[in-house]
Amino acid sequence: MSNLTAANIERNAGGNRVDLVLIADMVERGVKVLDVGCGDGELLSLLGDTRDVDGRGIELSREGVNACVAKGLAVIQGDADTDLADYPDDAFDYVILSQTIQATRHPRIVLEHMLRIGRRAIVSFPNFGHWTVRAQLMFAGHMPQTDILPYSWYDTPNIHHCTIKDFRTLCSEIGVKMERAVALNAWGSPLRLNAPWWFWNLFGEQAVFLLSRRD
Amino acid sequence: MVHVLPLNGAVTRGEGLQEADRPTSQVAVFGADRPLQLDNGVALSPFQIAYQTYGALNADRSNAVLVCHALTGDQHVANVHPVTKKSGWWETLIGPGKPIDTERYFVICSNVVGGCMGSTGPASIDPKSGKPWGLEFPVITIRDMVRAQAMLLDHLGIDTLFACVGGSMGGMQVLQWAASYPQRVFAALPIACATRHSAQNIAFHEVGRQAIMADPEWRGGRYHLEGTNPRRGLAVARMGAHITYLSDAALHRKFGRKFQDRENPTFSFDADFEVESYLRHQGSSFVERFDANSYLYLTRAMDYFDLAADAGGVLANAFKGAPTRFCVISFTSDWLFPTSESRAIVHALNASSARVSFAEIVTDKGHDAFLLDEPEMFAIVRGFLDGAGKARGLARGLARGVKAPAS
Repeated sequence: MSNLTAANIERNAGGNRVDLVLIADMVERGVKVLDVGCGDGELLSLLGDTRDVDGRGIELSREGVNACVAKGLAVIQGDADTDLADYPDDAFDYVILSQTIQATRHPRIVLEHMLRIGRRAIVSFPNFGHWTVRAQLMFAGHMPQTDILPYSWYDTPNIHHCTIKDFRTLCSEIGVKMERAVALNAWGSPLRLNAPWWFWNLFGEQAVFLLSRRD
Repeated sequence: MVHVLPLNGAVTRGEGLQEADRPTSQVAVFGADRPLQLDNGVALSPFQIAYQTYGALNADRSNAVLVCHALTGDQHVANVHPVTKKSGWWETLIGPGKPIDTERYFVICSNVVGGCMGSTGPASIDPKSGKPWGLEFPVITIRDMVRAQAMLLDHLGIDTLFACVGGSMGGMQVLQWAASYPQRVFAALPIACATRHSAQNIAFHEVGRQAIMADPEWRGGRYHLEGTNPRRGLAVARMGAHITYLSDAALHRKFGRKFQDRENPTFSFDADFEVESYLRHQGSSFVERFDANSYLYLTRAMDYFDLAADAGGVLANAFKGAPTRFCVISFTSDWLFPTSESRAIVHALNASSARVSFAEIVTDKGHDAFLLDEPEMFAIVRGFLDGAGKARGLARGLARGVKAPAS
């Protein structure tokens, strides 16, 4: 279920996906991390190599899991919607959901579990408020298909699209503290930090949020 | 054809069962000063453990891999079997350059206590009476098997295992190792197993045991003394069990409804079908190398296995604080130890914050898949052990240092 859009996400000079590098930068060194929907383990490998983390993963696809385990990563086959409930409170420092929240059945519950299991959560997702998405719906009159949202409406795994604005609303509804947020434009560069939220919502193609519990 | 050899006067043995007395293996003997304290309260003493080793122990004694065998397996995991003359039962996985690389790891495999290939079991001679134990042998558990293995490691001077690996009953031992001696197991690979034996599996075992005990040659377990051998009972037990190791799809693919060496049904109870002939062969070849009483004891040990019950009913507590890293593997068509059982292990390990990987492998070969050529399993075992080796600081390539310790 993860990395639905991976093939089309910009990579940096080192060959790493820019959104994953951004996430890795938000993670402290040497901490314990759970990557929910870890795909073929690219982020876990990056975190292990660059941040010295104790990383675990959950992945829905059997191919993804087996590829991860064969690389020596600690990954189990499982479903974000059903299996997070089995983890105890405070088991991890960070729980990461990269490009996956839009494919979960119950995004709100998943997010609540993430912040129960982990001290902090990092969520990245494609922004459905991006101007190219809006323009396709408004002017062409069909469901949007973009580089990072390449699926037709009838075969997409993405069932819960949201905009940056929607995600912020959800965070405040469930009492989550937004510690950091970064929006990337279509070329994978971060938007100006002091830009207003409406600007991010229109020009951010994807967003990465660092969240923590509001104590 | 079985030649029955006289032994100790009245005692007779099947040809293969000479191994119970004089194993073609190294043997560790534990005298009166080192009894095996069993779960049923008995202190078994003296006793012996027969074992095989492969590769060399490194100078740090940090590269030992213990392989635990399944119900009808034995210590001959990666060498030609002394009775059947067939390759070792896990030679696909273990050897130079293989996923469990004997150029890198020091591999140990011992016959379980209660077995019949040289470790003390019901076919062994009870020193007090000078006769085979038979049903006088104490009922043993998976935990007893693991206690005996731990004593063997002490004997070999190995404090911590780099890895503990096994499938089916061997996987149960791996889980028991992690629960009993978490500090002595760096990495655990339980394959196609469960933390408890299900009612269905106990039921299958009971059918097997009843088949043995219904054979008039069983003689209340005293067949060694009376010069008989419950061959037919043990063969039927094996035939029934063997079906549970396969799958409907595998049986169909392999045999379908094909006739055995004939064009038409004989309208008799001959083995008309290939599948019948195959099962009969499985049964009759099994009795050449296995002791019927040993089969009773080992199936019983599996039945009693329930890690959660030992941990106050909460499975996660069995692994609480375990520093061990786990890799759990199951197979899609395994209905004896289905994936749901492996998932229960994974949930418990997650709940105790253990480092765990879990992979399910797609195959139609059923439970037996863990013994067969499954490239995906090999890749996972290799990757998991490589990752663990890195974390353990094991050097790549040939293990150098002390030779295998003398027994």
